[in-house]
Amino acid sequence: MRLSAPALAARDPAALPRLALAALALLALWPGLRLTEFNPAVLLDPANAVPMGRFLAQFLPPALTPEFLLLVGRATLETLAIATVGTAAAFAIAFPLSLVTTASLSLSSIGPARDWRLYRLLRYPARLLLVLLRGIPELVWALLFVRAVGLGATAGVLALAITYGGMLGKVYAEIYESSATRPARALLEAGAGRLQAVFYGVLPQALPEMVSYTVYRWECAVRASVIMGFVGAGGLGQQLELSMRMLAGAEACTILVVFLLLVLLADALSALLRRWLA
Amino acid sequence: MNPRGIVAVLVLAALVWASASFLRLDASGIFSLEALGAFGRYIVSFFPPDTSGPFLVKLWTGTLETLAISALATLLAALGGMLIALPAAGRFGALAKYAARLLLNALRSIPELVFAAIMVIAAGLGPFAGTLALALHTTGVLGRLFAEALENTPREPAEALLHAGSPRVAAFFYGTLPNVLPQCVAYSLYRWEINIRMAAVLGFVGAGGLGQMLHVSLSLFHQQQASAVIAAMLAVVIVVDEASALVRRRMGA
Repeated sequence: MRLSAPALAARDPAALPRLALAALALLALWPGLRLTEFNPAVLLDPANAVPMGRFLAQFLPPALTPEFLLLVGRATLETLAIATVGTAAAFAIAFPLSLVTTASLSLSSIGPARDWRLYRLLRYPARLLLVLLRGIPELVWALLFVRAVGLGATAGVLALAITYGGMLGKVYAEIYESSATRPARALLEAGAGRLQAVFYGVLPQALPEMVSYTVYRWECAVRASVIMGFVGAGGLGQQLELSMRMLAGAEACTILVVFLLLVLLADALSALLRRWLA
Repeated sequence: MNPRGIVAVLVLAALVWASASFLRLDASGIFSLEALGAFGRYIVSFFPPDTSGPFLVKLWTGTLETLAISALATLLAALGGMLIALPAAGRFGALAKYAARLLLNALRSIPELVFAAIMVIAAGLGPFAGTLALALHTTGVLGRLFAEALENTPREPAEALLHAGSPRVAAFFYGTLPNVLPQCVAYSLYRWEINIRMAAVLGFVGAGGLGQMLHVSLSLFHQQQASAVIAAMLAVVIVVDEASALVRRRMGA
């Protein structure tokens, strides 16, 4: 269907403003195109197209030699182990910080308490710390740790522990705040300590949600640990990066398939676990 | 604690222990005085961040480049996603529907960084590779969301137009699109927010923006420049977070 502009305007009274808006948007797009060096022609440049074509052509058949499969199997286990230890370490960072940052568990908001100024002062740096931990993406932490502790799994575990520690800490605090505070308050008012109030007043209600979220985060950690491998933090991603750098398409294809299967598996496992624990 | 919980905790502890020993993590090595001292010196070398004039200009350009990569990639993905969403919503027969869904799933499940590494081969180092990589992954995500929106939108307006003799394309533009457009725009804006964060780190494999600056300055051991880049990334993330929270509050969502 082709219509000239006046004919279109006759049928659709909003056509002209819409066209004007579209033209304006295109105008605003121009600097963006310049900044991103947008030029689809480079894709067809032989200097790019030939190696890319060769790389893609090698995808089939995938590399299935026993020694390569063994290597990939080991890397897969390493990825799973990084995600597991990383999430556990993140929990160890997040749990205490979440207790410190939760305002509804504060003694001073209930009544006269000793040292309440000190506790309030403690809360702000703890919150700031959580923001810093999760504000810097895990890939950046991984890059920094690879420089500090060398290539390999340790950098991945530390990066996951820090970023996911920040995220879990924030979410745990939100879970405490949103669950009923009555039981904890009653305990605090009856003279229980903060830790007692947490363990007997807050955790029993908050635990299922916390566990479910932590399991979900483990699933994300599997994906993240593959990605962090690209900057040298061990596991499947590091293998993939090596294969890609050598333009070994067959190896890259095998690793990509294993990665997709791994993500599906982690997904299913996490859903199963959450249903079982619910 | 119920028995299920105790079993779960024991199994978990065993898994974590097994994982740590598989990785041969050496906690005493990491937390030894010597290692901590070296680590402390490494951290100190990042301060103070480089705030010299020429570098700040480069940083600003890098930030703009990151924003441009994310915006353009999201726009391309919204267009591409809509194109694939039409067959994926079953408008061109069952065969096209399954083919389109398979394509969307494949695009969605390959992470941006993997696409970026591939696109650096296909388009050379630089922001264009990052834009293409982000656009490919986001097309998968948005295409699926758009297809769901198309499936759930009422058919009556378009059918009324068709019965009144309107061509199919016009019936789509005036009968279907106005219903799904607000939802599609909301999804695209939400993905843009995620893509800004992603665009900041895609550069680690050579795909432009702040990430590439960080990678280069760390590789050249210019830690003070690196910390300035990290601060810029953090600022971008926080500003985007706050802006989106503000918009959401305004819109009463």
